Amino acid sequence: MTETDIEPVATVDSRGAACPGPLMDLIGKIRDVEPGDLVVLLSDNEQSLTDVREWTEEAGNELVEVDERDDHYAFYVKKA
Amino acid sequence: MTHHVVIVGGGTGGTVLANDLADRLASELASGEVRVTLVNDDPDHVYKPVWLYVPFGQRESVDGRRPLADLVADSVTLRIDRVTDVDTDARRLRTREGAPIEYDSLVLATGSRLAPGEIPGLREGGHDYYSESGAESLREALLSFTGGHLVLSVIGTPHMCPAAPLEFVFMADDWFRKRGLREDVDITYTYPIQRVHGNPHIAEWARPRMDDRDIHVETFFNPESVDPEDRRIATMEGTDIEYDLLVGIPPHRGADIVAEAGLGDSGWVDVDEHTLEAENADGVYAIGDTADTGVPNAGSVAHYQAGVVGQRLASEIRGRPPTATYDGKTLCFIETGMDEASFVEFDYDHPPSPVPPSQKLHWAKLAYNESYWLTARGLL
Ligand SMILES: Cc1cc2nc3c(=O)[nH]c(=O)nc-3n(C[C@H](O)[C@H](O)[C@H](O)COP(=O)(O)OP(=O)(O)OC[C@H]3O[C@@H](n4cnc5c(N)ncnc54)[C@H](O)[C@@H]3O)c2cc1C
Repeated sequence: MTETDIEPVATVDSRGAACPGPLMDLIGKIRDVEPGDLVVLLSDNEQSLTDVREWTEEAGNELVEVDERDDHYAFYVKKA
Repeated sequence: MTHHVVIVGGGTGGTVLANDLADRLASELASGEVRVTLVNDDPDHVYKPVWLYVPFGQRESVDGRRPLADLVADSVTLRIDRVTDVDTDARRLRTREGAPIEYDSLVLATGSRLAPGEIPGLREGGHDYYSESGAESLREALLSFTGGHLVLSVIGTPHMCPAAPLEFVFMADDWFRKRGLREDVDITYTYPIQRVHGNPHIAEWARPRMDDRDIHVETFFNPESVDPEDRRIATMEGTDIEYDLLVGIPPHRGADIVAEAGLGDSGWVDVDEHTLEAENADGVYAIGDTADTGVPNAGSVAHYQAGVVGQRLASEIRGRPPTATYDGKTLCFIETGMDEASFVEFDYDHPPSPVPPSQKLHWAKLAYNESYWLTARGLL
């Protein structure tokens, strides 16, 4: 589990999706949640490691943690 | 015992499937062993690709409408009604007007709908060509637009026909050039992620063409609101831009019944990407835009998926294990101007590689749009 102290309000499971699926899915979910909310993106696409970081920086959201799991990554993103 | 197949949605996927089953199961339908019902909430079948041409005065939106009854085989029961509830345990649908419908096999082909209301100001401040009324009102706006900043903003993803936003700016560039107005019109294309198209291969192909044609690009651009008075788009990333004419690709959603039935989020049914079976219920398939397979929301996809589900249903009904699977096949013509187009074909394992644009491919796209009515009838 994550070290973050807030509970995610939503999990976006993009495992199996080709790029840019995961980032697009994350953007869609971030749209739906409130500022300060935490969203978890599950992706098994290596490209997400750069994509997600680049976008969160650009959009001013916070990439709180990237958790490497057995066969995928979990990205914890907090909406600004 | 009669096996009842019910298809919800008489767009591309649902209509092709109904006719496919009429053909494939002709003897079972004739003997009464099988019944196929197609439920659509509009007496007309609507062919959306026509809308791309409406703003440029090349087609009328009525060209994209035909009565469903003229397209669907007589052996299929056509019901014009709206499904309001899906009970996958009882295998029963409720509808707005008629009696509940019991099914043995259900296929959801409910497509996409636009949700512009999710972006404050978009409805008032923007145009679109993703609806009949939008395409018609955009035509009026374009005809009176002789100079200024035209912005095409891809706001919602997934959206129908991922190529259509690129096509629109390529066509607009050419249309204004041919009318001697291009010098007075700035064109900007915006996209949510770091490149101009979701698929990296198509993005790589399109980007230099956009640069050559002076189509400005803004990436990582996710509109949060539109100010119709100031004609300004504000984004999550903090880059605001001003526009004179905004063409938005609005957020898309699927049918409400999908989420209510626990079949998937936002109207998209969670399916096995090969068998197209719903993951959260037995006896349910989804095809076309509503099937969450990760492939583009395109008519060609709906068409191929209908063929796969037609074969699977026929096998199941005949007591054989279904073996047909969908391999991600997608086919797409991409207009690169008013009289040239490219073409791509790809699947889960083979990435797209757009071919050099030509006038022949443009004519092929127009010819396909005409022959589409044969596809809908299951003949092509
Ligand atoms: C401008 C534009 C250009 C396009 N160009 C292309 C192109 O060049 N090539 C291409 O392949 N694709 C193109 N597309 C995409 C294509 O039109 C769609 O992907 C395709 O129509 C999807 O088919 P479908 O059967 O999933 O859904 P649809 O064709 O949208 O049909 C869904 C049907 O379900 C009905 N329905 C929904 N909910 C209910 C309910 N609860 N009860 C009863 N009925 C219901 C709807 O009324 C509709 O008739 C384009 C789309 C647009 C908007």
